Amino acid sequence: MTNELLFDFTVDKAAKTVYITREFNAPLSLVWDAFTKAEILDQWVAPAPFTAKTKYMNFEVGGKRFYAMVGPDGQEKWAIQRYTSISPKTNFKMFNVFADKDENPEPHGSEWDYNFSEHNGITKVSISIYNESFERMEMLLEGFKRGFTATLNNLENLLATLSPK
Amino acid sequence: MRRDIFQAIADPTRRAIITLIALQAMTPNAIAENFHTTRQSVSKHLRILTECEMVKQEYRGREIYYSLEIEKIKEIDKWLDQLRKTWESRFNQLDKVLSTLKKQKK
Repeated sequence: MTNELLFDFTVDKAAKTVYITREFNAPLSLVWDAFTKAEILDQWVAPAPFTAKTKYMNFEVGGKRFYAMVGPDGQEKWAIQRYTSISPKTNFKMFNVFADKDENPEPHGSEWDYNFSEHNGITKVSISIYNESFERMEMLLEGFKRGFTATLNNLENLLATLSPK
Repeated sequence: MRRDIFQAIADPTRRAIITLIALQAMTPNAIAENFHTTRQSVSKHLRILTECEMVKQEYRGREIYYSLEIEKIKEIDKWLDQLRKTWESRFNQLDKVLSTLKKQKK
């Protein structure tokens, strides 16, 4: 199903920018909602076995989303997103910064730019993420790595059960 | 001082130095010959690369040779690969969410 849908991931290390493009087999209005409504975001934005929970979200220019990625061990990693520009169903920009559970932000963050377009019922989303400090992302990834190992172990167990004896 | 490994590759001269010494270990003088810049400037870049642990120094007689820390480069690639997988898994989840939402709308 997802095979013919474009997925492009490139990193410009020197510019400290990550570019991600992905197509979705859904109309633009639905995809836009999936990226801008807390109740839908929480369903997909954390890679399993992580889950996302949004404490509050005001999707408007100057508004914020305060959310956490919750690890399989229950550990919470909080972050704040501040929306800096919104053109409905076309583009939005935000500043993302990690924080503690009391909303105190870390010094460095990243700038996110989302572009949306639809062609023949397929919606293309292009994201660029500029990082002031890559070390910050490195830290986040350490957490994900633990999660991935857990997923891979699950998969291994499943395959072991499925493979003919 | 702990430096960001991406700081090492943020500068064009440092990227050129990395490319040069990827092929063979070189002395600062030999490296400097490849650039229209001062020996001091090359030394400064080598110091930053060393602090980022991107290069290692080796003493041969009275000369210092700089070579690339291959493991460090692999570390960056591994990290980027992880990042890519994070997005892949995230978007696969979104595919499922979107397909559910589409059905609900019908």
